[in-house]
This record gives sequence, C-alpha cells and structure tokens, in this order.
Amino acid sequence: MIKLSLSHVSFSYIDVPVLHDIDLAIERGEMVALLGPNGSGKTTLIKLLSGVLRPTEGEIHLDGSSLRQLKRREVAQRVAVVPQQFHMPFAFTLREVVLLGRTPFLKAFSNEEERDYKAVQRSMELIGVTELGQRFFNELSGGERQKGILAMALVQEPKLLLLDEPTAHLDINHQVEILDLVKGLNREQGITVIGAMHDLNLAALYFDRLILLKEGRIFADGPPSDVLTEVTIKEVFSASVQVMQHPSMKAPHIVITPKRT
Amino acid sequence: MLARLKSNQRTVLILACLMGILIVCLLIAAAFGAVSISPLDIVKMTLNKVGFTHFPATWQATDETILFQIRLPRVVAGALVGAALAAAGVLFQGMLRNPLADPYIIGTSAGGAFGATLAMMLPLSFAFLGFGLVPIAAFFGALAAVLLVYNLARVGGKTPIISMLLAGFAVSAMLIAAMSFMITMSDRLQLILHSIWSFLMGGIRVSDWSQIAIIAPMIIGGIVVARFLAFRLNAFSLGEEGAAYLGINVERDKLTILGLGSLLTGAAVSLSGLVGFVGLVVPHAVRLVLGPDHRLLLPAAALSGGAFLVIADLLARTVLAPTEIPVGILTALIGAPFFIYLLRRTRREYAF
Repeated sequence: MIKLSLSHVSFSYIDVPVLHDIDLAIERGEMVALLGPNGSGKTTLIKLLSGVLRPTEGEIHLDGSSLRQLKRREVAQRVAVVPQQFHMPFAFTLREVVLLGRTPFLKAFSNEEERDYKAVQRSMELIGVTELGQRFFNELSGGERQKGILAMALVQEPKLLLLDEPTAHLDINHQVEILDLVKGLNREQGITVIGAMHDLNLAALYFDRLILLKEGRIFADGPPSDVLTEVTIKEVFSASVQVMQHPSMKAPHIVITPKRT
Repeated sequence: MLARLKSNQRTVLILACLMGILIVCLLIAAAFGAVSISPLDIVKMTLNKVGFTHFPATWQATDETILFQIRLPRVVAGALVGAALAAAGVLFQGMLRNPLADPYIIGTSAGGAFGATLAMMLPLSFAFLGFGLVPIAAFFGALAAVLLVYNLARVGGKTPIISMLLAGFAVSAMLIAAMSFMITMSDRLQLILHSIWSFLMGGIRVSDWSQIAIIAPMIIGGIVVARFLAFRLNAFSLGEEGAAYLGINVERDKLTILGLGSLLTGAAVSLSGLVGFVGLVVPHAVRLVLGPDHRLLLPAAALSGGAFLVIADLLARTVLAPTEIPVGILTALIGAPFFIYLLRRTRREYAF
C-alpha cells in the first residue's frame, strides 16, 4: 500500500524542459494511467516516480518520505518498473530473469535463500509462466518475455507498480493478457499501479483514473468518461474523434473516421 | 539451469574442480622445460618449502633451484595473468552488456602497456622492489584508456558493439604508436629492446618472486572484490536503467567495475605485456558450460583463465625450445579466429 504525492515537480533534460509544476496525489490501491502524445512527459514522469530521475524542482513523497532521501535500494524494495521491453545480452533463463527481481533484497556475498525461491515460484505461478521457467529469455516471444518481466517486477514485492507502455510492442491478445494480469494484481493484492499508456481505449477499459498530459502539464485528471471527451482529445492530440460508449462496459470508446476512404 | 535450485553446493563443487584442474596444470607446467622435474618431486619440494613436511630429497639440489627460482615464479605468474585477464573480461562484458568486450580489444591492455612503458622510461631511482612504478602506471593507463573508449563508444546511453570495437581499435592503435615512438626515442628502452619486444607481443616476464609478491595481492584482491559485485553484474544485464530499477546505484557501480577491470588488466600487463583474447575466449567458454550467472561465472572464469594461460605459456616455451614464442602470439592464434566467429554470430543475432 502506498500513497504518492508530487508537489511542484518540474523536470528538464539539461536545457529542455519536460515537466512543469506537476501537483498530484495518488492514493493507495489506485490504478492510474498517464496519457498524452509522444513528448508530453509520460515516460519522464514514470522515471521520476521510480526515482531513477530526480526532479529539477519540487518533491516527490512516497508514504511520507521524500524520494531524494531514499537510497536506490530502498526505493526498489517498494517500487517495481515494467518497461517497454528488455534486451538481454546473455543466455539467462526466464526463471533466472525473474530471480533478478530479488536483487534489492540481496546482500553482497549472500545467495538467494528459500524465501527468495518461494517468492519466485509464487510470482511465476500467478503470472502463469511456470512452464517457461527453463526456457532462454531471449528465445521467448515478446508477450512471454513481457509476462516474465511482470513476474520479475512482482518478485520485488512492490507496493507501487510502474508501467512504461508495457503493451507497446505486443499483439492484441498479449495486450489484453498483460493488462488483465496487472488489473488482477491491483484488485487482489492492492498494488498501486501507475502506467504510461499509448492506447486510449485500453486505458479507458482497464484504468480507474486517467491523467492526460499536454506539453509537460496535467491537462485533465479524473475517471475515463470525464477525461476522454471529443474536446480534450482534440485539444491534446489535435485529432478529431468520436467518443462512443463501449458496448458492454461503462467506459468511453474512441472511434476514428479516416479523412479519406 | 535447474541445478541452480541448490546453487551453493553446485558452486562449491564446480569451483573445487576448477581449482584442482588449475593445480594440475601448474604441476604439469612446472615439470616441463629444459630440465624436466617429476611432478611428485615438485609436490614434495613445495610442501617441504612451505614447512608442512620433511620428505627426504630424492632430487638434485639444482632441481630445487630451478623449480623455486625459475619455473614456479613463471607458472604462478602465468596463472595470475590468465586469472586477471579472464576476470577483467567478465567485468567488462557484464557491465557493457557485450560479450565481445575483452581488455585487449577495448584498449584497456594498450592503456596499461602505455602506462607501463612510461614507467620503464623513468630513471631507476624511481624503482622499488625491482618493479618500480610499473603496476601503478599500468593501472592508471588502463583506467584512462577504458574511460576514453567507454565515452567514445557510448551512443545515447548504450554501448553498441560496433562503436565499442571502433573506439577500442582507434585508442589501441594510438597508444601502441605512442609506445613504439617512446621506445624508438628512449635510450633506456633501446637497451632492453628484447624484453620490450616480448612486452608488446605478450610474453610472461618474471625474474623472481618479488614481482609476484606485489602483483598477486592486486589480482587476488581484485577478483575477491569483483565477486562481491557479481550479483550487480547480473542486474546490469537488464541495461543500466533496468539495473537502476532493481536498486543498483548505476553510476557508482559502473566506476567501480571499470576501476576493478583496469586494476586487473594493469596488474596482468605489468607481468606479461599485451596478451590478448584470454578475457574473450575463457569467459565465453565458461558461460556456455556454466551459464551466465556472474556469481559463478566470475570465479570460474578466473580459475579457468589461470589454467588456460599456464598451459598456453607451457606450449609457448616448449614447442620450439630452446626458442621461446611470446605467449601472446599463441593466445592470438587461438583467440582471433574465435573472435571473428563470435562477431559473425553476434551480428546475426543482434544486427549492429
């Protein structure tokens, strides 16, 4: 369980400002999507929340303690990140990759203990990759690899799970599978989830709260039906769309019509 | 690997076997030469020397002199150099996430050799313990070279294979040219041209135990410290960002790893000059057999590298006896084709 707050957070890469004066509070157990066009600052915000980048100005607090004051290791014991994809240069098996998730808990000369192996087993069962354990990570399909990374993140026993476009390179069946798994973790384990998402419809279906970023500022923040409107999408993405109702769920569904047919 | 479940016993068993192999190689290498000494006598003499036992002498007094003054320093130096280069290879490959990173290929060895040559040019008054500033200068040379290559090769937070090879090649070429120039210009170095030549070709040169007394702690200490870092190298295989997500202090650890790799390379270069490809061939072979977990890979590669170079050096000094081939020529003859093979294969897999 985690409460996250950002006060007046700004970030620049050397001279290029990316995020401006972000104020945000996220409660325990929320499932929040960050949306916005490329370059709007989604990924940067994920990196700031993971503590890998430090805000140029402002403070991020995680359960009351400032991210600046926490050691990397301490952050990694609470926050796990699933990036778009990992490239693995050596022939690690999937199980060995999942085991890497225990890194924040290991001391220099000690090996993993029974407890760590149990966590690996549990997490692999939960994600449904137990049978892939002995396969080489590099030889798996994109979706299988991403599930492996999700299992690795879960082994960190995170209170906060950050996703950086976790479904960007996946087929539609794997997109749904990954997001179903994430939703399960949120609902059943109470893990707070914050994900940068590219696909607005998937975000509307899976996330309770959407934050729409435009040029490094929060443009809209609220439940999907409030955030995804024809007006906001026009404003933020400069795209003309129609917003319909999902046929079976209480979620907005965005429909595009080509200019030429 | 399935056996990883009970990884502690497996690790101990494998390392004990490799240690045994290394000792056998040392015995074989110490036995052969202009005068052969039986391995049994070597064991007895060594145990007597250490003071554990008092076997009656079944050997000639000259054998003892040859063994302790010439043969043993040489084979022990070979083991140290091989272990250091293989461990440095593991460190560089793990941190750069690049199975082709070898101290010789990425210019670290050339940097070390440059530093060592510089130190050798200095007047003897700088020398201490018959070795002088050589290992220290070699360390700083190696560190400077690896930092230079690393920064040149880095493109957008990554170190692609091709840019690393090019940067390593360019920096090596520059340093070796500078070294050759210094050798041509320096009267002091002209006087020891033969040993300089074996330095450039990669030949193990030890005159007595005092050099080993300086280098051995550097290498053994370096490998022990590197073993402490091994689990972080595992995290580094996910990339710098991935490692950071797992709680690794990336910038600090990167410097530590490059520093340790340079220390090991510098120490090895001080004893042997430019021996190439050991840090490439050995870690790769060990990884194929034992898997990529650095906590086992690092010590296993160090022991195997030691055994490998001891045998290579034995061949180098016996096949054309009494002429001695620099061992670097042998390792290049084995290693360079292997490197080409890896390069071809890697290109297919990762397309650089």
